[in-house]
Amino acid sequence: MTWEPVIGLEIHVQLKTRTKMFCRCAAGFGAGENTQTCPVCLGFPGALPVANRTAVEWTIRLGLALGCEIAERAVFSRKNYFYPDLPKGYQISQYDLPSCIDGKMILPTSEGDRVIGIVRAHLEEDAAKTVHVGGRTGRIGGADYSLVDYNRGGTPLVEIVTAPDVRSAEEAKRFLQLLRQTIVELGISDAEMEKGTLRVDANVSVRPQSSDELRTRTELKNMNSFNFVARGIEAEVERQVAVWESGGEVKQETFDFDAATGALTPRRAKEEADDYRYFPEPDLVPVEPPAELVERLRTELPELPAARIRRIERKLDLERATVLVTGGLDALWEQTVAVGAERVAAANVIANNVVGAGVAPAAVPARELARLVEARERLPRAAFDEAIAKLADPGFSADPYLAQEAVSDTDELEPIVARVLEANPGHVEAYRGGKEGLLGFFVGQVMKETQGKANARVVSELVRAKLSA
Amino acid sequence: MAAVVDTLRLTAEEAAGLLERGELSPAELRGAYLEAIAERDGELHCFLRTVEETEGDGVPIALKDVISTKGVETTAGSRILSGYVPVFDATVAGRVKKAGLSLLGKTNTDEFAMGSSTENSAWGPSRNPWDPERVPGGSGGGSAAAVTAGLAPWALGSDTGGSIKQPSALCGNVGLRPTYGSVSRYGVVAFASSLDQIGPVAKTVRDVALLYSIVSGRDPNDSTTAELPEPVRLPEGESLAGLRIGVPTELNEAEGIEPGVGEAVRRALELVTGLGAEVEECSLPRSVRYGLACYYLIAPAEASSNLARYDGVRYGPRAEATSYQELVDRTRDEGFGDEPKRRIMLGTYALSAGYYDAFYGQAQKVRTLIIEEHREALSRFDVLVSPTSPTVAFRVGERAADPLAMYASDLLTIPSCLAGLPGLSIPCGLSEGLPVGLQLIGPQFGENLLFRVGHALERALAFDTVPERWR
Repeated sequence: MTWEPVIGLEIHVQLKTRTKMFCRCAAGFGAGENTQTCPVCLGFPGALPVANRTAVEWTIRLGLALGCEIAERAVFSRKNYFYPDLPKGYQISQYDLPSCIDGKMILPTSEGDRVIGIVRAHLEEDAAKTVHVGGRTGRIGGADYSLVDYNRGGTPLVEIVTAPDVRSAEEAKRFLQLLRQTIVELGISDAEMEKGTLRVDANVSVRPQSSDELRTRTELKNMNSFNFVARGIEAEVERQVAVWESGGEVKQETFDFDAATGALTPRRAKEEADDYRYFPEPDLVPVEPPAELVERLRTELPELPAARIRRIERKLDLERATVLVTGGLDALWEQTVAVGAERVAAANVIANNVVGAGVAPAAVPARELARLVEARERLPRAAFDEAIAKLADPGFSADPYLAQEAVSDTDELEPIVARVLEANPGHVEAYRGGKEGLLGFFVGQVMKETQGKANARVVSELVRAKLSA
Repeated sequence: MAAVVDTLRLTAEEAAGLLERGELSPAELRGAYLEAIAERDGELHCFLRTVEETEGDGVPIALKDVISTKGVETTAGSRILSGYVPVFDATVAGRVKKAGLSLLGKTNTDEFAMGSSTENSAWGPSRNPWDPERVPGGSGGGSAAAVTAGLAPWALGSDTGGSIKQPSALCGNVGLRPTYGSVSRYGVVAFASSLDQIGPVAKTVRDVALLYSIVSGRDPNDSTTAELPEPVRLPEGESLAGLRIGVPTELNEAEGIEPGVGEAVRRALELVTGLGAEVEECSLPRSVRYGLACYYLIAPAEASSNLARYDGVRYGPRAEATSYQELVDRTRDEGFGDEPKRRIMLGTYALSAGYYDAFYGQAQKVRTLIIEEHREALSRFDVLVSPTSPTVAFRVGERAADPLAMYASDLLTIPSCLAGLPGLSIPCGLSEGLPVGLQLIGPQFGENLLFRVGHALERALAFDTVPERWR
């Protein structure tokens, strides 16, 4: 039987507002432990939350970018449970009335647009950070002691929940890349998984291909890169298929993904179901954004990555368009092409060389880049690489690098090629006897003679012509 | 220094006048109250602590111990906050300081303001100045008794279901529970957030109005506050001509209202008619029938969540333990008294999965009905009148073992609290030698109206707020 994965994703995005969700403490990394705190985010007696207007607006912007309906009235609730990272004994979170519902994200693929439903996107506050010292598990049970840093506590967090519309690990990865790029372009979060400003949980089940049933799902947590998300999902899909095929039954479980071993470790099942006793937060008033505000935010939305992929695909191809857009490289590509660079060559140079050199695309002068793209085959490799690496330097000019243009003049190169062949009669014989891999050797010798200034492509043509003569 | 003023009779307004005219220095005035405290608080136990140093040079004030005061221990009457010294002032504490008032100290309260007698205070009960064998009411019994006993000219209390109005009634002074949202709750130890309100206690309606004008108004730190639609007016007139006064049958003939209490209220209503108002019976059937039950679902539900922060992790005492769970369990077990524990259990149950709709959800619907019923009555009348408490002050220990009897103390104050409406209690006479409180309920932000009616009636009643044993 062929099995089809059914995957839903829950994505937490930490907003990069200047201040926290419900108080005026600075939000963000870097300060000493427990220095970005106040009576509100420490849950002192009598302290009250006041909602961060920017966080509310950014949530609405994200909702609009995800094609969501924006609630005329969203309500914060209290989610009650005890944990040291939760100073009030409850987390304030939108619950049954979130700000954004019922959206979708388009995922351009070679088989047309895939539509991933967005069930909801809601605003909440992040918990503080705990470090459990001692014990084997790094968890609170069995630890010698625990340390709490409340700097992160109360940072605005948006949770996005997708419909179970994702059909493969690869698709999950592509969706997340596109979602991440959308978030980054909205300017509302750095959305970096390594830093925890973007966190992904996956709900996974499988079913026989072309059926529409929904079987028991499991939850995967603790995957801190898109590749790990994909690997975790792959491993879990494989496991579930094996369970069903051996006549077993998949149980509802939560797994931690171990990036080092690729293993899925089940979390210990709780004896009782959680009961968070949600109720509307009486210290806050409902979020009722004026229609004019929502409309203004809608008109201010930039062209979204999915649309740009489709637009650029028409001039290039889907794969390159996707790489450019999800890498935030398409603006540079468009500028470079606009000043005359060849499309595919420009895409390749940007996606490979510019990114590889760690150069910030926004700082690259398109005209100079276009000149390098045009001359790339005539430039010695080392000169080209150095030019790319220095692209973002202030006042960069391609001139000194283009001056090092490789020697392509056959009149100048032919005597050197002849000299090299004469000096290596054994290798010549071997080449003629079928060892065509020796071509590289001859080219290398010519490059050595010319101190790397020869055009390698021209040299290899000359060598081949001479030896087949 | 000999007492130069009789703090038993001095009103805050008069005290301000003495300071303004230079007839008394701030230190002399403050000294007079500290002396009264030294003389009478041993018996009454109104204060949990007094403050030595103070910034203000104006009229002194006492604050209920649920109000955070920077640098001054604030326990909310609970062992779980013993030793807790706030690093910030509650908005109301900041506002009274900004107005120049000088803090005398923190007054006793039932633990987390949960109670009607102050007997639930972890630090022992306060006593009623009229009869120390009796309770001063609660939860704000410390503030109310202090004002009557001349230990403070005025004080701030907090009211969730009657904690300002009921103690004022039992101690024979004036207490205002303001419109929900008119006074900031920021920095006030929360009991039930959708019901808690801060309000003044004093000997006269004018004093109450003055203090209300100082503490009220929108606070950017409390999202549920609003700017007052009109400025506070100190009442002056004595006429009630043109006003329509409604007398809700259910609030005035409820089971458990003592005959002497009912009688004192009836006499006051006759005076109201004499002052030119129209008095007519009306009805709030569902408010009284379901009010108490509704309140005892909503308030404990919110309390169960509000009290979750007391876990021993960040402040307050911490129990010895070998794990986080044990630390929380033991800290809370040792730190909370019986009443908070009872309400945490009630509230947790009312919010539980599978019970939410039947209890908390249903109570919210009933609350909406109560709000509508009050709105309807107040569309026909300017002010509604009833006894504040069904009884006069009861004996210490009399209801301590019977939570339901204790809860019934707030039967008449609770409905308008659920409706978010302002209520003013003024003394209207004596029954069995103890004060009887008259409750005036007004429309949302109708405080000025309550002050006007309360002031006129206060003049006509000429109630002597000094307990008979000290006259």
